[in-house]
Amino acid sequence: MAKITYIEHNGKSHVVEVPKELTVMEGAVQNNIPGIDADCGGSCACATCHVYVDDKWFDKLPKKENAEQDMLDMAFKPNRFSRLGCQITVTDKLDGLVVKTPLKQA
Amino acid sequence: MVKTDVLIIGAGPVGLFVVQQLGLIGLKAEVVDNLNKIGGQCIELYPDKPIYDIPALPECTGESLTKNLLEQIKPFKTNFYLNERVQEISKEKNNWKIVTSKDKIFIAPNIIIAGGVGSFEPRKFPIEEAEKFENNGIYYSISDKNYFKNKKICIFGGGDSALDWAIELSKFAEIILVHRRKEFRGVGHNAEIVRKLEKEGKLKIKTPFQINSIEGQDKISAITIKDDDGKTEKITTDCVLGFFGLIMKLGPIAEWGLNLEKKHIPVNTENFQTNKKGIFAIGDICTYPGKLKLILSGFHEGALAARACFKLARPNEKYRFEFTTTSKSMHERLGVKKID
Ligand SMILES: Cc1cc2nc3c(=O)[nH]c(=O)nc-3n(C[C@H](O)[C@H](O)[C@H](O)COP(=O)(O)OP(=O)(O)OC[C@H]3O[C@@H](n4cnc5c(N)ncnc54)[C@H](O)[C@@H]3O)c2cc1C
Ligand code: FES
Repeated sequence: MAKITYIEHNGKSHVVEVPKELTVMEGAVQNNIPGIDADCGGSCACATCHVYVDDKWFDKLPKKENAEQDMLDMAFKPNRFSRLGCQITVTDKLDGLVVKTPLKQA
Repeated sequence: MVKTDVLIIGAGPVGLFVVQQLGLIGLKAEVVDNLNKIGGQCIELYPDKPIYDIPALPECTGESLTKNLLEQIKPFKTNFYLNERVQEISKEKNNWKIVTSKDKIFIAPNIIIAGGVGSFEPRKFPIEEAEKFENNGIYYSISDKNYFKNKKICIFGGGDSALDWAIELSKFAEIILVHRRKEFRGVGHNAEIVRKLEKEGKLKIKTPFQINSIEGQDKISAITIKDDDGKTEKITTDCVLGFFGLIMKLGPIAEWGLNLEKKHIPVNTENFQTNKKGIFAIGDICTYPGKLKLILSGFHEGALAARACFKLARPNEKYRFEFTTTSKSMHERLGVKKID
């Protein structure tokens, strides 16, 4: 389990325990956290699981693969801290991770 | 106006297979899809990627699966209405009246919604002013390229559509290509060609920038773009093209009075009927306890929904369960030769 904080665009925050091996996207969907659509079910094909990773955490995540980088081009208002939630797998190292969800996903 | 037994919304794999299931039991279907091509997610999102879990097909791709499904429904000579969104539905005696975005009207006792996660629509610019200028300076697709002759155009995007159009329109218009990062992702040589055109002074490239604002009263006069550090730059321009791929939007389906659970339509698993008689939902768009978003599951759902459609389309006939191997009437419908 890792504790993950999801902060909605309006500032409301949700702290949940996400089991290892799930993704940051699945952690949100399974806990009914608003702001993540995940239309393609995690296959890196929709960019509607877009999150902004807290700047203190961004460099601690495993690097993006090309497919994720390409998909992020289509996300709603991406910035340099943007990641796709479905491409971040939860590990012990991510205990305490903080991500913000965008105003909307499209 | 077209009269039919079943109107199918969505030409994804599940919509295609249900055409076959309907055809076998003698029902005629018409298919409407907002995409410009047949195949749904398989063709739009992953035409070249492999699929390994279609029964009896050890491996196929999104594209080959679509091709085979089309081959399988060839005998039924089905009409497809592409680039058309189903917009409204209303009850008319024992039928449903269905109206599309091109004002085409269908009359049918049954509607099968095989709409996936919704209809594929272009992704738009994330700023409010963009809506005001849509189709009047802001475009997400091009129908007549001559319109852009000698204009000053900003093209946003880093994929093939953006690069293709930047290359093409640079022949007769002034192009600035804007992308949020330095790398372009177009396949093949497109990225190299664009860089070469930039060197030759035939187009300009601005990276890493995104749109920040649009200025103008009745028409666009200028835009500003912004980089990750917040640095902005103003560009005077006549029009702006955005190519950010497609997104699936539930859209009008949400307004038909159907029960919805988180963008999905709950169904009765006996026949995949929704809360409205004669409206069925199958494939990714439907939900029920244990639902799996697999093509395989959508095929099963279609087989059951098709039988339920029979009851409403042929109220005076009795439905008989038959196998394709041995049914004479099915052989006739398939146009296969009689084997004695
Ligand atoms: C990358 C990726 C890999 C996948 N791999 C597999 C796999 O290996 N095995 C597997 O079983 N599944 C896989 N899937 C899932 C599979 O593609 C879907 O389950 C399947 O496409 C669902 O089919 P469908 O016909 O229900 O809907 P879709 O394929 O989503 O098609 C729905 C169609 O309906 C249209 N539509 C919706 N609303 C309207 C409207 N109002 N008017 C007109 N048209 C409308 C849309 O434009 C769309 O074309 C994968 C998905 C992705 C993204
Ligand atoms: S869920 Fe579609 S890209 Fe992550």
